[in-house]
Amino acid sequence: MDSLYGIFLYAIYLLTMGGIYAVLVMGLNIQWGFTGLFNAGIAGFFAVGAYTSAIISTASSGRHLGGLSLPLWASLPGAMIASALIAWAVAWICIRLRSDYLAIATLGIAEILRLVLKNEDWATNGARGISRIPKPFEDLPEPWNQIAMLLLVLAILLVLYLLLERARRAPWGRVMTAIRENEAAARAAGKNVEGFRIEAFVLGGALMGLGGALMAHHVKFIDPNMAEPLSTTFIVWVMLIIGGSGNNKGALFGAFLVWTLWSTSEIVTTRLPAEWELKSAYLRFFLVGLALQIILQRYPAGILKEHRPIGK
Amino acid sequence: MSALSDRPTLEFQGISGGYGGSEIIHDISIRVGAGEIVTLIGPNGAGKSSVMNATFGQLQINGGRILLKGEEITGIAPEQAVRRGISYVPQVSNVFPNLTVQENLEIGAWIRRDDFRPRMEEMFALFPPLSERRRIPAGALSGGQRQMAAMAKALMVDPEILLLDEPTAGLSPRFRGEIFAVVRKVNARGIPILMVEQNARQALGIADRGYVLVDGHCRMEGSGKDLLANPEVGAMFLGRRADEETSPAPNPGSEAPAVDGSTTQSMRP
Amino acid sequence: MNELIGFVNFHLIPGIVLGSIYALGAIGLTLTFGILRFANFAHGETMTLGAFVALVVIDLTNWHVLATLPFAMLLTVLTVLVMDRLFFRPLRTGPTVILLIASFGLMLMMRSAIQIIWGVDLETLSKGLAIPWVLFESLRIFPKHLLIVGAALLLMLGVHGLLRHTPIGKAMRAMSDSPELARMTGIDTERVVMATWITGAVLAAAAGVLLAYDTHLDSRMGFRVLLPIFAAALLGGLGRPYGAMAGGLVIGVAEELSTYSWIGDGPLVSPGYKSGVAFAIMIALLIWRPSGLFRGRVF
Ligand SMILES: Nc1ncnc2c1ncn2[C@@H]1O[C@H](COP(=O)(O)OP(=O)(O)O)[C@@H](O)[C@H]1O
Ligand SMILES: [Mg+2]
Repeated sequence: MDSLYGIFLYAIYLLTMGGIYAVLVMGLNIQWGFTGLFNAGIAGFFAVGAYTSAIISTASSGRHLGGLSLPLWASLPGAMIASALIAWAVAWICIRLRSDYLAIATLGIAEILRLVLKNEDWATNGARGISRIPKPFEDLPEPWNQIAMLLLVLAILLVLYLLLERARRAPWGRVMTAIRENEAAARAAGKNVEGFRIEAFVLGGALMGLGGALMAHHVKFIDPNMAEPLSTTFIVWVMLIIGGSGNNKGALFGAFLVWTLWSTSEIVTTRLPAEWELKSAYLRFFLVGLALQIILQRYPAGILKEHRPIGK
Repeated sequence: MSALSDRPTLEFQGISGGYGGSEIIHDISIRVGAGEIVTLIGPNGAGKSSVMNATFGQLQINGGRILLKGEEITGIAPEQAVRRGISYVPQVSNVFPNLTVQENLEIGAWIRRDDFRPRMEEMFALFPPLSERRRIPAGALSGGQRQMAAMAKALMVDPEILLLDEPTAGLSPRFRGEIFAVVRKVNARGIPILMVEQNARQALGIADRGYVLVDGHCRMEGSGKDLLANPEVGAMFLGRRADEETSPAPNPGSEAPAVDGSTTQSMRP
Repeated sequence: MNELIGFVNFHLIPGIVLGSIYALGAIGLTLTFGILRFANFAHGETMTLGAFVALVVIDLTNWHVLATLPFAMLLTVLTVLVMDRLFFRPLRTGPTVILLIASFGLMLMMRSAIQIIWGVDLETLSKGLAIPWVLFESLRIFPKHLLIVGAALLLMLGVHGLLRHTPIGKAMRAMSDSPELARMTGIDTERVVMATWITGAVLAAAAGVLLAYDTHLDSRMGFRVLLPIFAAALLGGLGRPYGAMAGGLVIGVAEELSTYSWIGDGPLVSPGYKSGVAFAIMIALLIWRPSGLFRGRVF
């Protein structure tokens, strides 16, 4: 009975984390899947969202900026706005250049944000991070608080999914597809290609900020290593590419699938002897990279293919 | 002459093709005989460059055959085409701008196994302006010199045939004359030339034969002289001066030797 | 006077040393960009690999660091060629941004592999305390700094000779100018691609070993210098090897000079942000002159 309850709690944890990753993957899907914009700094936008919501929602501690103790309806939009602003600045600089420049700049911005979070003690408490971030529904009794949090994440995910599906079929989404397929033709048709691209990048950045905020509230603690580019950025990329970029269902599917594999493989590796446990952590990353390569070569469209909104 | 040398050096037999989706050229049949200068004229976007690209595997071919000295080379890869003896000077980016003139010629000789230096000196003799500028990056040359460098680079191999895509585009009349003179000189060495040209009058003037391409179809063919005298060609390509050459106003279409799309394989007079 | 000596000893000389290491890394990056048309994110990890091979050789033989260079280069070249065969070549005909993603994945794979094999601890190549030569009673020069700069200069001369005076080097430059025309000229592009990977890997291995010699080595060193060498390549104009040499030197010197007390007593840029200097230069460049100082490729 006990173990069944444990499995139940673990399933809730899996789904909640998978849902938060799905928010990030949908953000990347807007940037890469719909618009073809490369982002190597997902972790940076994620961290900005996490820190912003932490600063907005925590009680005064004296060790970092904040003390506003504002609720979720303020911290989530705040996180999105902060990430969107940074996304806007990066996009504004790089959007007219070829994709490699955007890739390098986003990698750079993530690294710089990590430095800022680590060095600006007064605002972020430096390497020690920010703790005691309020978690929604944490006053409810044991399984219900977890279930309520899961429902909140899933509700946000559902709203996002419906909105994005609408946007994809709306004229806005069709212009996006047109730009990605044939930029010259879209330009000739009088579309403001740069404008649309910036919009997509900013929107994607905002979603990554939202994902960061949800993560901060969920785990109640953040530190600068959250912006470690390898863990977050890679996993989100692999989730999107495996699921099928350009397809929102694929993005959701990829997020839950990869997170489940990632998380359950940890159960296996923690049972290994200590020396192997450490190595197997790196082995898991190696396998993630290898999975990415195999998908790129063998299944370039991912598991769920993109469905074009217009017949073409 | 033997029957063997009657075989055209390059022959298109009903070639159709395009880039990806749409078809750009339709049922094109042209040939370049041994030692000939053949010119391809036609309005912008007619598909002239696409015809040239077809020989270098740069165009997706949907139908027809391309023969080089009787051997089929349809859809061959570019690096193979040059090894078979076709040298191509494309319309744009036909030199390596960051390599010096001399390095361009060296790279042009890439597929040669023997010593290419005598050939290089020959080229510098053929194009004296290049000789003085051998150490200058090709990107720093003037338009005319750049065309010369591109031709010299293409001639570093001993090609069976030379393809030139608008070698005089954007040049001043003086340079244009120089380039045409060089084209004749190269041809005098026995190298057949297929040349796309905007300056139809001068091109037809030096060409043995010409083809008129419109909307991807071969509309006319004939000797350089005949096409120059043809009132329809005059009206289409030789500008306002068309009526100076033939007094009666042309009746469009009626005098075309070939109907849309289909060409007659007329023998050379 | 003391002020000046301190500036030279603690900022200018280390800057030149770091700059020549960055230059080596940036040349490889810019060559692969010019010829294969993608920014290779795995280039930093290639440097790390070179450094660890040197560590293994030193552990086995106790040779001088510079004597390990040929081994580090050889093994790195072989690894890079295998990686090209397995991960890049199958994608070569598609859009280049897919190559970019592949290199991003490879960055993770290489680093994880290095961590599995060698762990994550800090290591050093040369044990013992280094004693500087003292010139004019105050100018301090470490022999290893001379060796590093000398080795880097020699390698750069080698690159110059390769690109200017050998057929394959000229073909590399030709392909960087125009791959289509290179094919129409009959150049076997796969051979040029291979030569490019070999050159890049040799330089990356050297950069990794020299960086480890200058400071220390660990599994994250390649990633730490990835941003500065990208910035150096951008500064020199992507696709331009001579630009990358200059760019590397500028970025290295700028990083070290940034912590000098230009205004007031404290360092101008706090040491915690030293690695941000390259990024700041890069952003300024992207805004005002994205083609770099020497006009590289933007589109
Ligand atoms: N690489 C290409 N991809 C797609 N379409 C092309 C390409 N090159 C040319 N075209 C199209 O093919 C048509 C013919 O072009 P081209 O052969 O260059 O004509 P011309 O040389 O007679 O001016 C034009 O409509 C042009 O837009
Ligand atoms: Mg043309």
